[in-house]
Amino acid sequence: MRKPVLQFQDVSFSYGGKKLILDQLNMTVYDREFVTIIGASGSGKSTLFRLITGLEQEEAGAVWLNGEQFESRHGRTGYMPQQDLLMPWRTVLENASVPLELAGISKREAAKRIIPLLDEFGLEGSADKYPSELSGGMRQRVSFLRSVLTGSNILLLDEPFSALDAITRLSMQEWLLDQWEKREKTILFITHDVNEALFLSDRIFIFQDTPVRTLQEVAVPLDRPRSQRDLNDSAVLKLKNDLIDQLRSGVKKP
Amino acid sequence: MMKKYGPALLIVLLLFGLWELAARLVNLPFIFPSPSGVAVRFWELRETLFLEHLPSTLSIILIGLAISIVLGVALAVWMAASETAERAFYPIVISSQMIPTIALAPIFILFFGYGIWSKVVVTVLITFFPITVNTFDGLKSSSKELRELMLTMGGTKKDIFFKVQVPSAKPHFYSGLKVAVTLSVIGAAIGEWLGAQAGLGYFSRRMMTQFDGAAVFAPVVLLSIVGIVLFVMVKLLEKRSMKWRKNE
Repeated sequence: MRKPVLQFQDVSFSYGGKKLILDQLNMTVYDREFVTIIGASGSGKSTLFRLITGLEQEEAGAVWLNGEQFESRHGRTGYMPQQDLLMPWRTVLENASVPLELAGISKREAAKRIIPLLDEFGLEGSADKYPSELSGGMRQRVSFLRSVLTGSNILLLDEPFSALDAITRLSMQEWLLDQWEKREKTILFITHDVNEALFLSDRIFIFQDTPVRTLQEVAVPLDRPRSQRDLNDSAVLKLKNDLIDQLRSGVKKP
Repeated sequence: MMKKYGPALLIVLLLFGLWELAARLVNLPFIFPSPSGVAVRFWELRETLFLEHLPSTLSIILIGLAISIVLGVALAVWMAASETAERAFYPIVISSQMIPTIALAPIFILFFGYGIWSKVVVTVLITFFPITVNTFDGLKSSSKELRELMLTMGGTKKDIFFKVQVPSAKPHFYSGLKVAVTLSVIGAAIGEWLGAQAGLGYFSRRMMTQFDGAAVFAPVVLLSIVGIVLFVMVKLLEKRSMKWRKNE
């Protein structure tokens, strides 16, 4: 059995005591797992990430990161937001080095570590470019590189590819799987694209309605490495249709 | 260059042409001098203007601006850092603009005398506002998502201030400074009208009492040049410190 890196134990949360978002939720994610969280907007997916990163505090229950409970979870996870949130006044190199700077590493040392990584992240020759000179896919690569450089083994990716065109998106998904395997990380990935969830993940968590009490989870019946064609497998197609039905039933009829 | 500024240049030349024509028709050079008359007088007065009066006015402008920048930025940072400070000072800073500062200038002459400091105070009072308010708005304009991202990466309040808020405030600070340098020229000139022993504003007013129309305009031309040069310098500084903006 792999060791758990992220555990929620009876976690409850609401914004300012009003509407309950999570109600005694239990959840475990294991080392080097790829877990996708899927659900309609407003179903509490982003709240889950805010809790894990420590931007919000649980009202009841406990959150464990790598088997430990922390007073503050800031700086313990690598978070990649939906919009790339690169600083427009910093070059690619300078943007990627933010987490290293925050850890007190000198600029020169940071550059020494980052430059060899740029190639692997498909950013060769872009070290001194500003974000406004990059394509959407490249900006997401920089943002991902930055989250990897936090040094955390847990990466939280919040709909990172939702703003990309369909073709770029497919190649970014393949690239992400490649990186995930190479860097031996655990990834939690939010999306509302069922295909994306099936292609990427080991397990899929479904957030249907708030408050979230029990997680419905599905294991994806595919081996790795995968290709986009595997999504046409009959078991996967059936699962896909089930998932879509389930998500639809959660959305209130207009 | 010519393509970009050509139309504006053409209009200016046209206006000067009309002015020249009108001045020659009216033919009262002591109250309505022609541009060529002003140019000639400018040349005749070059030593007095550049050696005697320009240094005096320029020092008022530069000292005033420097004080405004230091005080304005300090207050903006304080207001951005503390909500109490914001609630205490922001309304005062805004409502201080309702006071016609220029009309208060005689009081400062009374307080600080005919020396340089009364004019510096007037200059500070009118340049303080654009610098403070723009810098403050800039510090506040930083994206909440980016600040939160810094927190998730273990950033402290200080990290967020220097790595997110200060860079976000820079463009706003420069907009404020551009307004302030133009106002500083006006502030210095008006301060000098009210009482001074030297300075371009003072000289212009003195020439008025002597009905020397062209000599009233000559220092005004120099004041305008000072304003333009300062503006261009701020613009260059802005470009240099924000290279990333060239692509936007």
